[in-house]
Amino acid sequence: MKGIISTLVAILVGLIVLAGYFFQIPILSDLRSLILDWAVTLASLMVFIGVLNLLSVNTNRIKNKEKGGFYSLVLITSLLVTLIIGLIFKPGHPAMNFIFYSVQLPVEQSLMSLLAVTLLIASINLLRRQPNLFSVIFLGTTLLILLGTAPLPFGKLPFIGDILRPFIAQVLAASGARGILIGVALATLTTGLRVLFGADRPYGSK
Amino acid sequence: MIGSTMIALAIVAGSAGLLIGFTIFKRKSPPKFREIPAVTRLQKAVAWAVEDGNRLHVSLGRGNLTSTQGAAGLAGLSALKNLADLTSTSDRTPIATSGEPGLTVLSQDVMQTSYQKATGGGHFDTSAARLSGLTPFSYASGTLPMMRDEHISANILLGSFGVEAGLMTDAADRQKSFLLAASDNLPAQAVLYASAQEPLIGEELYAVSEYINHSPMHAASLSVQDILRWILIISMLLGAILKLGGFL
Repeated sequence: MKGIISTLVAILVGLIVLAGYFFQIPILSDLRSLILDWAVTLASLMVFIGVLNLLSVNTNRIKNKEKGGFYSLVLITSLLVTLIIGLIFKPGHPAMNFIFYSVQLPVEQSLMSLLAVTLLIASINLLRRQPNLFSVIFLGTTLLILLGTAPLPFGKLPFIGDILRPFIAQVLAASGARGILIGVALATLTTGLRVLFGADRPYGSK
Repeated sequence: MIGSTMIALAIVAGSAGLLIGFTIFKRKSPPKFREIPAVTRLQKAVAWAVEDGNRLHVSLGRGNLTSTQGAAGLAGLSALKNLADLTSTSDRTPIATSGEPGLTVLSQDVMQTSYQKATGGGHFDTSAARLSGLTPFSYASGTLPMMRDEHISANILLGSFGVEAGLMTDAADRQKSFLLAASDNLPAQAVLYASAQEPLIGEELYAVSEYINHSPMHAASLSVQDILRWILIISMLLGAILKLGGFL
């Protein structure tokens, strides 16, 4: 019964929002705005529930003396300290900015640098993992784009920098990217319709 | 503005009609789709995980459900449901991670339903669905320890990921565990192509659910996508010819 009700609510709400988008009827537009406002409020509440989930998972890790429990302790301490400072001083205060610019930003930037190294190694291993024509094209294109973009000590490479790189980036890559995006958009449409018809029920209904 | 809204309405209504039509009329003879080798290997990896008493890890990305990336998250949830149905009775239940709180709550709900259906209402450990982090790199770094410490033999990354997914593919590589990855984000697809064992490109992300567990509506949605794709191709070619001829 619970499943039927939640499915019906999901279908009805989806139809109202969709109809409100296509037809400019005042009552439909008002309902659509109201439902979207509720969705935004619920999404904010979800953040709170998500943080509770994060706390619960990491607390259990410490309690059960699982591997990596120390890192969970660091995570919980940092979370609580940041929360308390944020509640006292409010976001935008120099103390909060200090936490963001001295801890969060450097950590994320170092992970980005780590990712650059990881990707370099992955690209070297690509031909071993997938020895096919597409891998060769992928690596060849990457190399040409790098050669055409990177600041070289002797300046731009004449043909690669002026003609080949723009042609690859603006014609070949852009058209390929558009093709992929069109495919994704069509799949997004049918995924949305499946949810609207109640065929996909991502809310646990049996 | 009104013209483009009407075209959008026609596309949505036409797709809806086709979807219903194919679901009803193709029920007795499911259509044959091209094989996706990565998904075939995923099915084997799932079977091995159940036999060996290992876990599956499904990561759903950071697609906010109120944004356009939400559809990628929904596709991931649909695949999670099918995977949870297949593996809920194994020794170790699957783990789902996400970087968006809404996805975490929904993944918990989906897995709990599958588990209770399989065990006749058994107690579900809600910590199996986790929020690993709220920013791209905190999400990736929060997921890495789980991939290492939780007896994971197969990782499935399905959803909206950014380039941070490269860190997760590297972790799976180090653990020598299976990894299938797909994202709706273009830079992430390039990263996954270079680094993932089994990358999926473009709309293949949305087809995984149908390939794991056939259902008439999922099969119909793939057929509708094919039809819409052909309509678009023909429209583009016609447009180019008309433009060349000076009619547009």
